[in-house]
Amino acid sequence: MKRIYLDFAATTPVEQRVIDAMLPYFKENFGNPSSVHRFGQVSEKALDESRRSIAANLGADPSEIIFTSCGSESDNLAIRGAALARRAKFGHKHILISPIEHPAVQVTVDQLVEIHGFEASYLPVDQQGQADHKNIDKYLREDTAIVSIMAANNEIGTINNLRKIAQACTERKIPFHTDAVQYAAHHEIDVNTLGVDLVSLGAHKFYGPKGVGALYVRAGTDLLPAQTGGSQEFGLRAATENIPLIVGMAKAFQLVIEEGAERQERLIPLRDKIIDFVLEEIPNSQLTGALPSNRLPNHASFVFEGIDGNLLIQTLDSEGFACSSGSACKTGDPKPSSVLTRLGYPPKWALGSLRVTLGKDTTLAEVDQFLKGLPGCIQRVMEASQ
Amino acid sequence: MNPPQGSRIVVGMSGGVDSSVAAALLKDQGFDVIGVMLRLWSDSETDNRCCAPDAQLEARRIAAQLDISFYVMDAQKAFYQEVVQPFIDGYAGGTTPNPCLNCNRHIRWHFLRSRARALGAEYIATGHYARIGISEDGSFQLLKNPDPDKDQSYFLHVLSQEDLSSTVFPLAEFSKPEVRQLARQYQLTVAERPDSQDLCFVGQENYRDFLRKIDPTLLQPGPILDQDGKVLGEHQGLTAYTIGQRKGLGIAGPEPYYVIEKDITSNTLIIGFKAELGRTGFSVKDINWISGKAPTDPLTADIRIRYKSRAIPGVIRPSKNNKAQIELSEPLPDITPGQAAVFYKDLVCLGGGIIKKEAL
Repeated sequence: MKRIYLDFAATTPVEQRVIDAMLPYFKENFGNPSSVHRFGQVSEKALDESRRSIAANLGADPSEIIFTSCGSESDNLAIRGAALARRAKFGHKHILISPIEHPAVQVTVDQLVEIHGFEASYLPVDQQGQADHKNIDKYLREDTAIVSIMAANNEIGTINNLRKIAQACTERKIPFHTDAVQYAAHHEIDVNTLGVDLVSLGAHKFYGPKGVGALYVRAGTDLLPAQTGGSQEFGLRAATENIPLIVGMAKAFQLVIEEGAERQERLIPLRDKIIDFVLEEIPNSQLTGALPSNRLPNHASFVFEGIDGNLLIQTLDSEGFACSSGSACKTGDPKPSSVLTRLGYPPKWALGSLRVTLGKDTTLAEVDQFLKGLPGCIQRVMEASQ
Repeated sequence: MNPPQGSRIVVGMSGGVDSSVAAALLKDQGFDVIGVMLRLWSDSETDNRCCAPDAQLEARRIAAQLDISFYVMDAQKAFYQEVVQPFIDGYAGGTTPNPCLNCNRHIRWHFLRSRARALGAEYIATGHYARIGISEDGSFQLLKNPDPDKDQSYFLHVLSQEDLSSTVFPLAEFSKPEVRQLARQYQLTVAERPDSQDLCFVGQENYRDFLRKIDPTLLQPGPILDQDGKVLGEHQGLTAYTIGQRKGLGIAGPEPYYVIEKDITSNTLIIGFKAELGRTGFSVKDINWISGKAPTDPLTADIRIRYKSRAIPGVIRPSKNNKAQIELSEPLPDITPGQAAVFYKDLVCLGGGIIKKEAL
């Protein structure tokens, strides 16, 4: 059976040009960038060039790029680091996030609330998951330590309008973080146009390797380091830098900048074909998240009333289609997706979600094959649940 | 059943040695095998064995080793409705229910089969030591395993023709030591795992503690009487006793006392001596005739009233609505309402039903 992968929001394969860029740094050029000798200097150069490349592609200064191990770590460093630093300096203890943030943000904030005594509140989202940027002023407080609103949602693909939120934060000198792990896999970000202070990136969402991410930290933003030790990464993350992965991330990000527009142009019609087909052909189906004009170019997500989403993913997999679901659970104990629940979907809808995310090399033939198989799978899942 | 070469088969995997070897054998025979574990229970307080994380991890590891797909499916709601609730109700009604029977019928077959179909599999397989035969008229038969120690037909008598037509028992021809040997040959890490025994969902605690937690009123103390109505002591709740039970009564007499009867309405436990215990006649309900055709005339068969007990010859007099009167050729001391009476003709399991509480 030829398997078709349609879960690119979960992770992507590493692009060959990225592998080629990384390879010399596993064995030939293996030095520690902190070392004084030539081995170290060769690695230091690669680290520096990677940092410059990512900085340039974000409109940032190289000194504002911190390499981490993944998007989640970037979120942790940004939120915990900024919140604790702001409290130490100003006594601020309020955190504002959206109710549908990635767990890397949500759970970090939960911990800050439960262990460190912070107060969290939520910038509301509409039914499509769009944060209420127009009324941001109402939700900011004198003692707001950090605001974190994701650039695009992983589960429902909705892209947020961050400009106004960023402006409001800048006016009040509140650090503004955005988890751009999904968004940056498709769209260019200029940190100055956008006005953000902290941006999380993860390489494996854009054909880079797993195990490496980055955090943009605007100069002057106070952060408490999460990992202490050596002075790597400007003292914000002690650890010998993972040079091959960092080189790979820089290369993969460069390719997003160079080829992103072209990829989008190809993906959008494929995505829309899936959305149109499902809404027309599958009874009791709804698109979750934003309309096509305001969602990630590769992202289609749905709910089906009364469908066991876990079983749907398993059934699709048994037909060779790899998709995902917000409620899916490997251990057989599915819960309604918390994102969909917070958007107001009742359990009978929120348990039956499906996310289809396309990759830059997904073909029309693959999409057609998927759409040919999907109705039968849904039918069989319905029959099984009766 | 012998499915066509290359058929897709869903194997119910528990993380134990039997289902693991079953999956390995089918994979070896060239079938398109998918491993499925049913999540039956979510109580994190009891480390119940069936859905314990380590069993799931083990099954996942075996599936990975065999290079087959593996999915855990949510059967918690169905399991509670079809197995746990009737178990509680049975005890509350004064019987000694056998939840494994309901589990086989409703969960391991009906539920798993419906899920298997969703996965495009017309066949399911389990690690039971049982065999399927074909009778002269072409219908499917459930056959005893010749090794009485591993024969599981008692628990499988609830299967229908439809169930059997879509079921594979890969371990049919093997003994337990052979299966362990196969597990070693396949280098399965579960080869030395101990056999599972107790009710899966009550975990390490015993069923009385389980019931006490679900509903403390199920274990109300009450009087222990002899057959003449004389009070001999106090019992700890009727659900804690089963017909024919000797141990744990704590009442001294000229000879050992046995539980004769449980009277739910008056919450009394009636005990007596061994001679008062045995009987030959009883009635059964909810009979499943594996052939799918309920007989109308009386028939003779070997009848087993407990999983591990010896089969006793007897006469079955079928009546309407899948009921029957049974007359055994010799008295048995432990005919227990709620347990199954299973009928055999030589190696063929004809079916069986639930022993009724009401006296004849």
